[in-house]
Amino acid sequence: MERSKVRILIAKPGLDGHDRGAKVIARALRDAGFEVIYTGIRQTPEQIVESVIQEDVDVLGLSILSGAHMVLIPKILKLLEEKDLKPNEDVLVIAGGIIPPDDAQALENMGVAKVFGPGSPIEEIIGFIDENVAKLKKFRA
Amino acid sequence: MIKDLIERMLKGDKKATARLITLVENDEEKAREIVKKIYPFTGKAYIVGITGPPGSGKSTLLDKLIKKARQEGKIVGVIAIDPTSPFTGGALLGDRIRMQRHSTDPGVFIRSMATRGSLGGLAKATNDAIKVLDAYGCDVIFVETVGVGQIEVDIVKTADTVVLVTVPGLGDDIQAIKAGLMEIADIFVINKADKEEADKTLFELELMLDLEREKFEKRGWRPKVIKTVATLNKGIDELWSVIKEHEKWLKSADKLKEKRRFRAEEEVKTIVSDFIVSKVSKELKNNELYELVGKVANRELDPYTAAELIMEKTLGVKV
Ligand code: B12
Ligand SMILES: Nc1nc2c(ncn2[C@@H]2O[C@H](COP(=O)(O)OP(=O)(O)OP(=O)(O)O)[C@@H](O)[C@H]2O)c(=O)[nH]1
Ligand SMILES: [Mg+2]
Repeated sequence: MERSKVRILIAKPGLDGHDRGAKVIARALRDAGFEVIYTGIRQTPEQIVESVIQEDVDVLGLSILSGAHMVLIPKILKLLEEKDLKPNEDVLVIAGGIIPPDDAQALENMGVAKVFGPGSPIEEIIGFIDENVAKLKKFRA
Repeated sequence: MIKDLIERMLKGDKKATARLITLVENDEEKAREIVKKIYPFTGKAYIVGITGPPGSGKSTLLDKLIKKARQEGKIVGVIAIDPTSPFTGGALLGDRIRMQRHSTDPGVFIRSMATRGSLGGLAKATNDAIKVLDAYGCDVIFVETVGVGQIEVDIVKTADTVVLVTVPGLGDDIQAIKAGLMEIADIFVINKADKEEADKTLFELELMLDLEREKFEKRGWRPKVIKTVATLNKGIDELWSVIKEHEKWLKSADKLKEKRRFRAEEEVKTIVSDFIVSKVSKELKNNELYELVGKVANRELDPYTAAELIMEKTLGVKV
């Protein structure tokens, strides 16, 4: 899949002002050739899911450092489900920030494709997106 | 699949609408098929272009204008364009940040778009995306261009009303306006009027417009100049009412028809020239024509004669 046709939403849910990581990731993905939409801090799960729909993104990247990930991410997954958007089929959901390994495992069981913590090499994130976006229904068809 | 998407879009399904925009962006053949099918449902939306230098406050103004339009019960579409990097092909689309409070409003559809190599301030697929939002049922569609330089004026071929946003104290900016942007704006906004020199910029702009007085009198519309502070919601009521005044003028004087006729011509011309370029590009790979171009490179033949021959051989047209 041509990267410039892959659209990625980088979103920061909740009352979390730590936006450095999200911006670093957004720019790195742009520099890798993706189309990245950044919606800024303090997004509600509803706003994020609506943005996924209107922007028709292939990847939803959530950045959370506030500790509220076990509340916010399941809520977002549920809203996606309600809109008939299946994680890893319709949209690839990935996350990053400060997320302890046990929580990361739990989130991956719920539908998050992968959690990338501090120090994750950007090449690994890009490689993961390349590989998994190709498996989305939209690009298989 | 497209038929199904269109049916769903016409019923107001945002997901289907979004996917149709993706298709017109990504796939020229599907774009053709989609536009052919939805064209009968288009032509109802009023299109407002917002253009101006980077950072002048276009998106922030747009956020406020969406609110005004919503208060009148209008269904609103937004297409916000940001540049694609010519080096990586990637893009960072950030206009949406300023309008996010509207994203959960069922009467608003916001779509970010990258230029994907096209110059002129819009993306190649912008016009088709507008048609999708028009058919979806938008009453008004705002189009935010990438920050304009001097040549990026495609917005006149797209919008009914063009709003040019500038900021106080940018001497060079006024130069840019002089150099051609003057022609394209129906409304000038001096945003960030909380900054010094707003009145000076207003004065300079009015002065420049005075120089063109005769032209404007003949046309019947003299561009209005409005000061705003988008962040504080100042001047927005006036801006919105002037947009509507311009719309009214366009409609009453039959100018809208004229404008849309001009636009249809531009659009058809662009499509025809794209067809020709793509047909010719394909044929140029053939031996005979490949050699012809080789001759031009070796100075055995001039490029005009070569082009004449190519037109004749590929399209049967004598020029
Ligand atoms: C800088 C910082 C701040 C700055 C933020 C500046 C800014 N605009 O971003 C300031 C000083 C404002 C700040 C304030 C606070 N902070 Co602070 N802050 C940090 C600190 C030291 C570094 C964060 C950072 O910028 N890292 C650099 C970036 C590049 O890394 P990153 O965000 O982790 O991103 C990387 C990966 O996680 C991943 N990634 C991130 N997002 C995504 C998304 C996707 C899709 C993918 C694929 C990958 C990915 O890739 C990135 C690059 O490798 C951390 C401690 C730490 N070591 O993380 C605490 C930390 C995050 N802060 C913390 C706290 C508690 C706060 C405050 C609540 C109060 C306080 N005690 O100071 C306030 C709250 C502010 C608010 N409104 O939310 C705690 C959070 C605790 C928790 N989660 O349980 C931390 C962990 C410190 C700690 N150990 O207690 N903070
Ligand atoms: N002081 C002041 N700042 C403003 C005003 N309007 C917008 N801004 C700020 O100017 C910055 C740029 O605003 P945007 O709305 O993103 O500008 P833009 O023209 O859309 O920018 P690009 O899309 O990047 O070209 C933001 O930080 C805004 O908060 C204003 O009236 N006064
Ligand atoms: Mg903008």
